[in-house]
Amino acid sequence: MLGTIRERIRRRDRGTRLQSIALLAVMAMVLGACSNAPQSAMDPQGPYAQDPHDLIKVVFGLAAFIFVLVQGLIVYTVVKFRRKPEDDALPVQTHGNTKLEVFWTAVPALVLAVLAVPTVQMIFDLRAEPDSPDTMTVEVIGHRWWFEYRYPDLGIVTANELVIPVGRPVRLEMTSLEAGQASNAVIHSFWIPALAGKRDVVPGRINTLNLQADHAGRYLGQCAEFCGLSHANMRARAVALDPADWDLWVAGQQQPAATPAGGAEAAGAALFANTCVACHTIDGTNAAGIVGPDLTHLMSRREFAGAIFDLYLRDEAGNFTNQPNLALLADWVRCAPDLKAMRPTGENAVGMLCFEDVLSEADAANIAAYLATLR
Amino acid sequence: MQVSETSMGVDNRKMAMWIFLGSEFLFFGAFISTYLLYFDRTNGGPGVEIFDIPFTSVSSFVLLMSSLTMVLAHHAHTQGDMRRMRMWTLATALQGMVFIGGQVYEFSKFNLEGLGLTTSPFSSSFFVLTGFHGAHVTIGILMLLALWWLSHTGKVREDQPLKTEIIGLYWHFVDIIWVIIFTVVYLIPAG
Amino acid sequence: MSSATATAPKRMLARPMAETGWKSWLTTVDHKKIGIMYGALALFFFLVGGLEAVLVRLQLAQAESTLLSEEAYNQLFTMHGITMVFMVVMPMAAAFFNFFIPLQIGARDVAFPRLNAFSLWTFLFAGLFLYSSFFLGGAPNGGWFGYAPLSTAIPGNNMAFYAVGLQIAGLSSLVASVNFLTTIFNMRAPGMTMMRMPMFIWMAIVVQFLLLFSLPIIAVALFELTFDVNFSTNFFQTASGGDPVLWQHLFWLFGHPEVYILILPAMGIVSEVLPVFSRKPLFGYAAVAFAGAAIAFMGFGVWVHHMFAVGLSPVAESAFALSTMFIAVPTGIKIFNWIFTMWGGQLTFTAAMKFAIGFVAMFTIGGLSGVSHAVVPHNAQQTDTYYIVAHFHYVLFGGAMFGIVSGMYYWWPKMFGKMLSEKLGSWHFWTWFLGFNLAFAPMHLSGLLGQPRRTAVLPEELGPTVEMYNLISTVGALIIVVSTMIFLVNIFQSWRSDEKAPADPWDARTLEWLTTSPPKAHNFDVIPTVTARDEFWHRKYAETEAGAAVPIPAGASDDHDPDGDHGEHIHMPHPSYWPLFMTVAFPILGYSVIYRSLIGGVIGALWMLVGMFGWVIEPLAEGDDESAAAAAH
Repeated sequence: MLGTIRERIRRRDRGTRLQSIALLAVMAMVLGACSNAPQSAMDPQGPYAQDPHDLIKVVFGLAAFIFVLVQGLIVYTVVKFRRKPEDDALPVQTHGNTKLEVFWTAVPALVLAVLAVPTVQMIFDLRAEPDSPDTMTVEVIGHRWWFEYRYPDLGIVTANELVIPVGRPVRLEMTSLEAGQASNAVIHSFWIPALAGKRDVVPGRINTLNLQADHAGRYLGQCAEFCGLSHANMRARAVALDPADWDLWVAGQQQPAATPAGGAEAAGAALFANTCVACHTIDGTNAAGIVGPDLTHLMSRREFAGAIFDLYLRDEAGNFTNQPNLALLADWVRCAPDLKAMRPTGENAVGMLCFEDVLSEADAANIAAYLATLR
Repeated sequence: MQVSETSMGVDNRKMAMWIFLGSEFLFFGAFISTYLLYFDRTNGGPGVEIFDIPFTSVSSFVLLMSSLTMVLAHHAHTQGDMRRMRMWTLATALQGMVFIGGQVYEFSKFNLEGLGLTTSPFSSSFFVLTGFHGAHVTIGILMLLALWWLSHTGKVREDQPLKTEIIGLYWHFVDIIWVIIFTVVYLIPAG
Repeated sequence: MSSATATAPKRMLARPMAETGWKSWLTTVDHKKIGIMYGALALFFFLVGGLEAVLVRLQLAQAESTLLSEEAYNQLFTMHGITMVFMVVMPMAAAFFNFFIPLQIGARDVAFPRLNAFSLWTFLFAGLFLYSSFFLGGAPNGGWFGYAPLSTAIPGNNMAFYAVGLQIAGLSSLVASVNFLTTIFNMRAPGMTMMRMPMFIWMAIVVQFLLLFSLPIIAVALFELTFDVNFSTNFFQTASGGDPVLWQHLFWLFGHPEVYILILPAMGIVSEVLPVFSRKPLFGYAAVAFAGAAIAFMGFGVWVHHMFAVGLSPVAESAFALSTMFIAVPTGIKIFNWIFTMWGGQLTFTAAMKFAIGFVAMFTIGGLSGVSHAVVPHNAQQTDTYYIVAHFHYVLFGGAMFGIVSGMYYWWPKMFGKMLSEKLGSWHFWTWFLGFNLAFAPMHLSGLLGQPRRTAVLPEELGPTVEMYNLISTVGALIIVVSTMIFLVNIFQSWRSDEKAPADPWDARTLEWLTTSPPKAHNFDVIPTVTARDEFWHRKYAETEAGAAVPIPAGASDDHDPDGDHGEHIHMPHPSYWPLFMTVAFPILGYSVIYRSLIGGVIGALWMLVGMFGWVIEPLAEGDDESAAAAAH
């Protein structure tokens, strides 16, 4: 008995059988929450992610069923109809079976037709303007290689972190620009998996995306349309705040930047006004550049440079402390292209220039000290 | 290959030309689609009002007539009348050259009036579409001249009307495409 | 032996007449030699594309790796895609189409032998041209899909090489499609109706139509891209009103039929292999043929499913969701028919059969993930992630490559008169199966866990699970390398071996097995008359009413030689310089475009004209009576 089973297992089908079991087990694990995959698309944290997730679970289940059926059929066939030494005469030369053809044409078609209904319904539902009066509009502008966020109703401009209130639908209006122009801009895609599927950010076009976070937290995402050199270094973040925190945040963002009293910070501010204003904006100063991110409240964020670097140092557990990452900030200011692949000179230039010929290390440290005051 | 030997009773070369022309329909179809998307994106430059319909009508007529002479050339060839075949072939090529000449004049004029290749999506798609058509006409003219020459030197003989027929197929196709372009690009916006 | 009795008339360049020696390969117009060259070149490019993949996988084996710079990575993944699609899978299919279409339909060559050679050399020059970019400022780095406006915004010539190189490659396939369609429609042996053709031929027809109608569209897209890059036109420039999404529409109008172009040849091969090693006919021949045609037809109506994240109208998205779902139906029909071909048969698991069965199993997985993409609301989570990478590698590697390799093991004896080792073939299969699944199965999961595609760095923040999956994938890729080496060893030992393969080593069903192994230059001494589907099989076995097959004792299963002259009287086309000569114009024109050289363009154009003219006035074979076979391409 065992011998026969072992014999059967030794067939080519063993790989497939084990693989199918493993795949099912893993998918079962994955379909649950995976806290060690913070950018998981299988852990919805809001309705616009939850609905597609619920639909696809059905589809994955269906697919798993068909997988087992088809692979099982293959395995069975391969085992049962193996040519045996006693097979002398040729097998019956069956040419086909019309009933079977009709069956395996009609049944899949029917199943798909049934699947199509909720699919189409959901396409429209997800797209529709949210009917809640609490809906907030935020403009997302894709740059190479960072995301900018503008809150037209609140007069706020930030970068890298999309801060939103918990429990309220947010309607994103997205386009791609470089220094305020669509020329030289490329296509990006905004994706925070826990909150919604992705939508492309296209120059010359405004795309909308609805999302909503049901819980406070920091959600990870990335640009998901190849946009050139540093596509891999263009991350996205959504930070959902409870109502009280949200109000505080808004109020803070609406203030202009404080002028530093003196010392390194003031020296840094002076340097900034000479070197950086062409590209950056700081409310309350003469800096009004639109090439790079608005830095007015830089330190209210946690990451910079397309959210690939930390603004604050982290503790052993990986949480942010409130110690600014001055050394890295200084390095970035002094020569950003050394830290992140960019092409700030030449034809179709994009990215931040290297200033090491203009700024000494001390200069850069002063600017970093000044930036650290921009909370 | 003798016609009777082919599974579908059509000479291989004739079949190949038909098949090739099938793909050419999609080639021009894609350019025409691009044009239809861009015909009103003039980027501040001239738009369809720049067209000189009467002028282009005349050159279109010439091209249409060249299809007639092409038919006559093939007919003469089937009758074994190589002298007439060469005459009508040359006439077809000449009319094609007149058409191209007309386009060269027309495009130069547009350039002077501010519509260049790089002016706008409208201009780019217009010039590239009509330019590729013109390139196809030019290749056709070269084929016709080659046919004329080879007939003249005896390499194309009176028992080979298929060669004229196949070039004729290509020429008629180029003509049909122009009818479509003329209608879509010139006539419809003007109407 | 073809007739070489006529002498070439005195001309500046004498007609090459040699049928042996290395130079004869450059001037050959024999479909079999051309097929072998396609296959050899494709295999070479497979190794190159595989190396690119291995480098990509080494970079992604660890989070935040600095093994490759972003620029290097972007060039590698772009060239990996371009190479595998245009320089490997398509030419591999071309190799089989070339070698076996004439043999399977009972013809002596394709309709236009010189045009056939032209396609081969054009393909070679396209590949060399593309790869020359590595030495001329950098290879294409905008992805194989070359989305505008990025492709027009990247400085340097990288994407110009992309646009021009693919244009040349497309020309090769377009010309070949005209050739093959004419061949199949017009040159079938007497009695071979469409419904008696081998399924491989049916799939070949469908593929050629797909090429015929999709290549012009990408030609237009590439011209528009080239003009934007080189001549400052405004096709995709947002500033002047251009629409970058136009590129996507044009590209995918080609790109989707292209994926069927990639898979259908393998489906044709598998439709040949499974019946032979099951010892019964293909189940549901008409359904399989019809399903193939349906896939092709519907394949022109699903392209927007590559654009579900672009932000098109919900109506458009719904329409394409439906068409994408329903294209699964004909695909499923084929899968079931293949399984039922085996059902009730007597299966022998030769290497060819293993790969064919592997195809069915792996393609099913790819097909299922494909259907999940059609659920548009969730597509927005899946697209541009490794879940998609998993899908298309399952259908293109688990599907197309498995099918192609199955064809290689199956047809090797016919092509070379030697056998490939079954033992090494088995090792090849199992290691390839293992490596392939290890490499690509985890990608389903890493994609769903948030890993986007085309990213030069694996972000640490994606977490340890994703990192682990990537490491497993890399290990799988390295196993594939080992497996491929086993395959190369197999090929090498076959080349060295003296063992001659018989004409019909597999007891097969179709006409190519009627010829010697390898076939004579003129293929058949006598063009067979066909009275049934699987004509060759029916010359060996008769079928009773009950469907039982009985061997025919004195079957007409040999290619008889009634005239006794071993086909001496058969008149085959002579070799020619003109195809190779003419294709040299393409790199000249290509470099002229990239380096904006007017004089180069003029030279290239003149070269082409001279080539065309010389070709046209050259007869197919020297001494041809002009009225019989004159000036055919």
